[in-house]
Amino acid sequence: MRQRHRRAAVDSDLLLKDAANRLPDPARRLFLRNTVSLGALALLTGCDVTDGASAEKVLRKISEFNDWVQARLFNPNQLAPTYPDSAVTRPFRFNAYYEESEAPDVDEDRYRLIVDGRVANKAAWTLDQLSALPQETQITRLVCVEGWSAIGKWTGVPLRAFLERIGADLTSKYVHFVCAEGYSSSIDMPTALHPQTQMTLKFDGQTLPTKFGFPLRIRIPTKLGFKNPKHVIALTVLNNYTGGYWEDQGYNWFSGL
Amino acid sequence: MTATQTPAVPPPIQPLYVRITHAINAVAVIVMIGSGWQIYNASPLFGFAFPPSLTLGGWLAGGLLWHFAAMWLFVANGLVYLALGLATARFRRKLLPIRPAEVVADVYAAISGRLSHADLSHYNAPQKLLYLGVLITGMIIVVSGLAIWKPVQFHALAALLGGYEGARLVHFFAMTTIVLFLAIHVVMALLVPRSLRAIILGR
Repeated sequence: MRQRHRRAAVDSDLLLKDAANRLPDPARRLFLRNTVSLGALALLTGCDVTDGASAEKVLRKISEFNDWVQARLFNPNQLAPTYPDSAVTRPFRFNAYYEESEAPDVDEDRYRLIVDGRVANKAAWTLDQLSALPQETQITRLVCVEGWSAIGKWTGVPLRAFLERIGADLTSKYVHFVCAEGYSSSIDMPTALHPQTQMTLKFDGQTLPTKFGFPLRIRIPTKLGFKNPKHVIALTVLNNYTGGYWEDQGYNWFSGL
Repeated sequence: MTATQTPAVPPPIQPLYVRITHAINAVAVIVMIGSGWQIYNASPLFGFAFPPSLTLGGWLAGGLLWHFAAMWLFVANGLVYLALGLATARFRRKLLPIRPAEVVADVYAAISGRLSHADLSHYNAPQKLLYLGVLITGMIIVVSGLAIWKPVQFHALAALLGGYEGARLVHFFAMTTIVLFLAIHVVMALLVPRSLRAIILGR
């Protein structure tokens, strides 16, 4: 299986604070701790399978196996269902690991999209330059890892066209995204090249609002919502696994739909 | 069984493969339900949440890891059980036919305390109905789970179940059906302890 390289945290204090908001018990290191309710299971198997570290290790291995299965199930030509304008969920739901009021304010004029890694042209992009590229609109369903879903209307540049334009090595394995406030996520190249994977600049016909990721969100209708990073400031094409904010905490990396 | 041809050791009430797949299934189903309730609680479909003490995984990511690990056990074990049940014609022998009149009569007999459990190798009509019902529900929960997991790759399947949100509802109600079955199943097994012995030891 692939090598996993942990990146140094962008802002470890901020990340820890955010994680503490989300996790039920900020003091814990392991997320599997529920032995009491599984007394029956322990009885049946003769061992306490829910016991901390070893269970977590096995589950992570199975999660990596599930990444592999999902990569094989992924059909690069299979489009996500699209919907009429009337089906768009209005108002659309805000969801993040921070409160809506804490969404990062990105300065439009100073904004640059940093492009790095296995690409021929590493020049940074201004918002005007991105807006000048051919745009596409999609009305697709965003499915959250929590289970709920909502239909939205996103407009932007197909990521594939952008990667081709900057001379990215399309045989690379991953594309990694970093966000203004420190969030990160990475995706497989076949998904990056999927026709509906989009560098989104507009939501529902308007400039992407702050709460939905101004100025740039990566919209991937073939992946769960947490793999649709907002406020993206850097994109790296690379061959080594880099995980991501939630992925490093236990969410399945591929998370394909 | 005739007196002239009594085998030295009579065949077990529950054959070995049934006992093994039943034990594995018990573990898999408990993990699937516990982790499924954890996942449900992250975004409840209805106006209630499951008590956290009855859920597995500690938080959403843990619940998901358990759910998507135990699903392999549940499906692989279920396929072995189905294949052997069909190949040995056990399903046909044990579960069919189910006659509505017999179901009514047997339920009435059970309520009035006259339903015999002397022969554990023979299922009464309500028993047949429940076992067949939970087998079909098991298949529905796998199919709806697949539609929730991969609503794009298997979009036709998801569409059949009313789309992604429809599949969530189907999955939830299939779980509810299985939990109700489990409640009846466990009570019945405790009322007839010999059946508990048969599913573990064979006879």
